[in-house]
Amino acid sequence: MTAPLHGLVLAGGRSTRMGRDKAALEYGGQSQLQRAFALLQPLVTRSFVSVRAEQRDDPLRQAFPQIADAAPGVEGPAAGILSALQAFPQAAWLVVACDLPFLDASTLQFLIARRDPARLATAYRSSRDGLPEPLCAIYEPAAASALQAFLDGGRNCPRKFLLQSAVLLLEPRAEALDNVNTPDELDAARSRLGAALAVAPRALNVQYFALLREQAGRREEAVTSAAATPRELFAELAARHAFTLAPEHLKVAVNSEFAEWSRPLQAGDQVVFIPPVAGG
Amino acid sequence: MSSFRFIATPIDGSELRAELLDPHCGGFTCFEGWVRNHNEGQEVRHLEYEAFEALGVREGERIVAEACQRFGVTQALCVHRVGDLQLGDIAVWVGVAAAHRDEAFKACRFIIDEVKHRVPIWKKEHYVSGDSGWVNCERCATHAHDHDHHSHA
Repeated sequence: MTAPLHGLVLAGGRSTRMGRDKAALEYGGQSQLQRAFALLQPLVTRSFVSVRAEQRDDPLRQAFPQIADAAPGVEGPAAGILSALQAFPQAAWLVVACDLPFLDASTLQFLIARRDPARLATAYRSSRDGLPEPLCAIYEPAAASALQAFLDGGRNCPRKFLLQSAVLLLEPRAEALDNVNTPDELDAARSRLGAALAVAPRALNVQYFALLREQAGRREEAVTSAAATPRELFAELAARHAFTLAPEHLKVAVNSEFAEWSRPLQAGDQVVFIPPVAGG
Repeated sequence: MSSFRFIATPIDGSELRAELLDPHCGGFTCFEGWVRNHNEGQEVRHLEYEAFEALGVREGERIVAEACQRFGVTQALCVHRVGDLQLGDIAVWVGVAAAHRDEAFKACRFIIDEVKHRVPIWKKEHYVSGDSGWVNCERCATHAHDHDHHSHA
């Protein structure tokens, strides 16, 4: 009998090359983690996010059902996959990395349609080197003991695990599985995705104080803008009003509370750019 | 009454002090920030304060609550002027009442330091020379393309 298919988004990485949490990177105002989870959820019976134990309570990850790494002393994606296989021994797992901005539903649907439950796993070949792509793949329940033995042997590269196992490999899917590890790759990915993720213009309200009020010549402004975030909105307004303060000298508030520059903006939001303060 | 307020009329310290009177307290400290006649080598004629009040009150209340928790003080209050101020006017008033003097002094210092850094208030100085400028902003604007981290102090 074919095992039910659960979904697992891998979000336990250390993001060393990116220099900041990859799961939190945003495209069009949505974090990679949210996006990957939303993609997976309709295709599987249950879905989870794989985390390291110390990430359980971080604000981004705590909103999702989690499976924390259970294997002592083992890190990396293989530890996350094994922990899921062990947590639900009857289930097969559709595993995806959170850093695949080009991944789409059809790529996952095709993988599911071609799934061979008699093998340990079903995976795509990489479009670059023809090797298995372990982080967009289906792992069957029988993979648990084989993966455990692989890790016990002191190895933890999931690609090598698939190479030595009885797996079904599917032909590559163009660039759907390109991942994004560095700030340069992130910029390139954002521009490739730019058109698809464009935000429709909507009404925002901007209030100005102090030097920005004088330079804008007004206290308040109703703006119709497609800016996805305060950072984009500021760039647009700075060009219009010739502001002399650069964003690195400002803070931002949305709806009267301090906010991140990368926070997604919504229709009706009230935005304030805060120049260097001088109370007292 | 809120523990952090903006006020557009002159600050009356004795009135604010009366709000903090408490038989459990054995000490009261107060800091008053005054408008002085010079800043960074310029003679100041008068100045104006402007605040983003909705966020300023929230952040100010958070600072006072942090001070009370951190130093175990009983009562604390901070009031900041907005609008036009003349030399000698009180720009900001901080009062702290506590069981003992040590925590009262520490909490008072903490509140004024944090308010200067965190609350969205801006000061425009008008100089005897006829010039004027937003404190901490003009320098950033001049060096807008430097990537030094500005301290907002």
